[in-house]
Amino acid sequence: MKVFLAFLKKEFRHVLRDRRSLAVLIGMPIVMLLMYGFALSTEVKNSRIAIVDLSKDEVTRTLIQRLDASRYFTVTEYLDNPEGADLLFRQGKARAVVVFQEGFQKSLLHTNTASVQIIADASDTNTGNTVAFYISSIIRAYQDELLTHQKLPYRIQMEAQLAYNPQLKSAFNFVPGVMVLILILLCSMLTAVAIVREKETGTMELILVSPVRPWMMIVAKAIPFLLVGLINVAMILLISYTVLGLPMRGNLLLLVAECGLFVLLALSLGLLISTRTDSQQTALFISLVGLMLPSLVFSGFMFPLENMPLPLQYISKIVPTRYFFNILKSVMIKGLGFSQVWKDTLVMAGMTVFLLGMAVRSFKMRL
Amino acid sequence: MPQILKTFSLNYCAHKTKIQMSNIIEATQLTRVFGKFTAVDHISFSVKTGEIFGFLGANGAGKSTAMKMLSGLLLPSSGKAQVLGFDVYTQSEEIKKRIGYMSQRFSLYEDLTVEENIHLFGSIYGLSKAILKEKTDALLVQLEFVDQRKTLVSNLPLGWKQKLSFSVAMLHEPQLVFLDEPTGGVDPITRRQFWEMIYAASAKGATLFVTTHYMDEAEYCDRVSIMVDGRIAALDTPKALKTQFEADDMNEVFLKLAATSNLKII
Amino acid sequence: MLKALLNKEFRQIFRNPSIIRLMLAAPIMQLILIPLAADFEVKNIQLAVLDWDHSTYSQKIISRLGASGYFQLVETPKDAATAQEALDNNRVDMILEIPQRFERDLVREDEAKVYFKADAVDVMKAGLAINYSGQIIQQVNQEIREDFVQLPRFNPVPMLNISTQYWYNPGFNYRHYMAPGILALLLIMVGSMMCALNIVREKEIGTMEQMNVTPVKSYQFLLAKLIPFWLLGLVSLTIGLIVCFLAFGLVAAGSYVTIYLFAMVYLIAALGIGQLLATFSDTQQQATLFSFFFMMMFVLLSGLYTPIESMPLWAKSIAWANPVSHFVDVMRSVMLKGSTLYDLKYRMFWLIGFAILFNVLAMLNYRKRVG
Repeated sequence: MKVFLAFLKKEFRHVLRDRRSLAVLIGMPIVMLLMYGFALSTEVKNSRIAIVDLSKDEVTRTLIQRLDASRYFTVTEYLDNPEGADLLFRQGKARAVVVFQEGFQKSLLHTNTASVQIIADASDTNTGNTVAFYISSIIRAYQDELLTHQKLPYRIQMEAQLAYNPQLKSAFNFVPGVMVLILILLCSMLTAVAIVREKETGTMELILVSPVRPWMMIVAKAIPFLLVGLINVAMILLISYTVLGLPMRGNLLLLVAECGLFVLLALSLGLLISTRTDSQQTALFISLVGLMLPSLVFSGFMFPLENMPLPLQYISKIVPTRYFFNILKSVMIKGLGFSQVWKDTLVMAGMTVFLLGMAVRSFKMRL
Repeated sequence: MPQILKTFSLNYCAHKTKIQMSNIIEATQLTRVFGKFTAVDHISFSVKTGEIFGFLGANGAGKSTAMKMLSGLLLPSSGKAQVLGFDVYTQSEEIKKRIGYMSQRFSLYEDLTVEENIHLFGSIYGLSKAILKEKTDALLVQLEFVDQRKTLVSNLPLGWKQKLSFSVAMLHEPQLVFLDEPTGGVDPITRRQFWEMIYAASAKGATLFVTTHYMDEAEYCDRVSIMVDGRIAALDTPKALKTQFEADDMNEVFLKLAATSNLKII
Repeated sequence: MLKALLNKEFRQIFRNPSIIRLMLAAPIMQLILIPLAADFEVKNIQLAVLDWDHSTYSQKIISRLGASGYFQLVETPKDAATAQEALDNNRVDMILEIPQRFERDLVREDEAKVYFKADAVDVMKAGLAINYSGQIIQQVNQEIREDFVQLPRFNPVPMLNISTQYWYNPGFNYRHYMAPGILALLLIMVGSMMCALNIVREKEIGTMEQMNVTPVKSYQFLLAKLIPFWLLGLVSLTIGLIVCFLAFGLVAAGSYVTIYLFAMVYLIAALGIGQLLATFSDTQQQATLFSFFFMMMFVLLSGLYTPIESMPLWAKSIAWANPVSHFVDVMRSVMLKGSTLYDLKYRMFWLIGFAILFNVLAMLNYRKRVG
């Protein structure tokens, strides 16, 4: 036991002395959270649009002013004809071009119709779609105003409610994502690298012939990272709650327990990787490309799972982060309890046991 | 006018111009601290041209640090030093053109072949293609490596790596060679062969500055200094030291030194 | 001397199998995986319907939603509680509730309401779901209106005809949208991370010390590291472009020469960043963490993932200082819109500036002698 504690102390010293790594490990989640919280959003705001006003009358001026005044758009250019649109898009100067036909107001007065054409840059597809939709909404709103004395008959009104996230805070989706990222980075990648480093420098053999049992070394290496990981999780939760305004709806204890389970899973993965690689470079490479990338892509954090082609969806079923991410969302944001997440938890627990078993077996064999 | 010529010859014929001086290294109160820890504590000494100078001491005594300061790898915290007549603070690049260096970890590229390593370092020191080819062939014959020309260094046994490292350090015929713990972990026979190579180099006129923690190697040096805890505790020929400390060999000298200094040996 | 150093670098790289694997495998994997997975198009929104009216019109709305391709009618719960539970458990993304007397109210009172409740945890999805439903409801509304009101040749009320054209990606092909950005990501990964790791590895092994004691100058050493990775980066780009073509049928609308010109400058900047990071790291682990962190930051703020226009002022300013954002825009513009070098000349100036800046910084920071 004393031997184990001595080892543990040594490992702690290693981790704490590497101030640069620590700086990144603690700084990265904070920076990411702040960025996601304040900088990244898919909302359309201040999109640059250009106008081709072939009519230049009162009505078009009003419409143009409406568009400019809205927080969604800023009118940045006035073109003389629609042919200039291509160049504008190619130079990236506008997201959409709105074309008002010649004699707009006249046509409206005499025939009660007038045409507006929206040309949207769909190279950024979702934004293009949204921009076009907002432009047409603004124009339609004006149309409604024209009918102050006559309401269109047979109106269907739509009322929309936003569940769980009425203020449309994007934070809700990415805080769990950032947690997943950090835990994988810490518990899998760094632990794997730390163990492999002993192999590379040859001290592994020393340990294996000493009274220190192999499991002691591994556990001793894992614990400092585990602690840093838990501190990170606490920090992430704290920042989300205070700075980003993310409500903490679920059961905190359940949350911590699930995080603990995931940490164990990540550690087993790290251990497995460390038993199969001999150099730090390989361990880093496998952790990044073989572990981190699929974990991020298939977890549902960055890209919606249901849109993926079927084979990829099947793959996501064996990626552990998918389940953890789900659990996090359900507990943290929706405030659900264990009765709703037990299935995912079971899957994760099963994976942990399996991976741990494989790692231990692999370790023994490599000796 | 002579100044320009001197600068010209220094810059363009570095490896050919022989510096004439009696003390090839001169250090005065040379010090290096790392935070609160003083690794090298105000040492003063000089190395005569042409001698084999041994820099002894226990592990962690400050030998490698001192050597790194002299070879321009580490900036001293205070004190003065001149190597080959150049100031270590302001002219370290000039020093680097004229010295050879063999580090503790041998520092050849493991994933390059014997030939490729020789080529690389030769080119770096400005040897022309023709001369390089000549020297490579000669070296391979001398080390009996002719068959190993295309072997990756990682596949060589330790002793061979070490000999190769030394030869590469000597390739451009430097006047001064620094050897940092060159014989670590090698069998006694190879160690002996290595020292024969050192003697051969010395016979050709090179000055060799060797650090080691093998006390018996001290006997092979012209003069020896023993560092304890960052300070030079003794500096003289091996013979004189043995007389001074009434010891049969350098090991005893060192132990007695440590005992009288009341310093903890790690 | 530079030639000798370059010789060494190339030999070392080719003798190391994992580097080659990374250079070849990484682009292929990333390019295939991410655009395939990264489909932000909102389709298959899982809908639960509570139809209390069971009228013609309510059926019309429901069937129209289903036929739109955006929605999938997956559940018809018996009551509100079951519907809520389905929403809680992620079985559905949205609930549509059509109250009793919907049709009657619409015809008699001229106004009737439908209720949507969307799972807003995924903000974008919820937003688009509501947008799409709105569009469909509007269409249905118009059709119902036309049933009753015979619109004469002249409209009784002013109507604005809005027509929309989508250029450059009318098929809304998300793969085409993501792929150019992924190529930019690829190059910075190869450039920064690999180069940084390579340099730090020499530090760790000790061969860098051997280099530092020779007359090799800092710029020579760094240049010798830069050139091979630069070439490898261009190879990766080529592989990437080929994969784009084979896997997604994506062919650049603009000139490939423009792409390569920009890529060459961008790579120099990326490698400069990698080298700069290497001068700050002592171990491979640190180098990896640093590069990962900076890459993450650069990529997230580059407009690859979320549009720059939506960012607050401070983030937008950072975007100007971010080489990745410039290059992502270049790639998208050239590949999808056919932009030319002249169109994007300001971006070129920025990229050249970065290339110079980072490499100079790396050189200045590289110390042959530890202070």
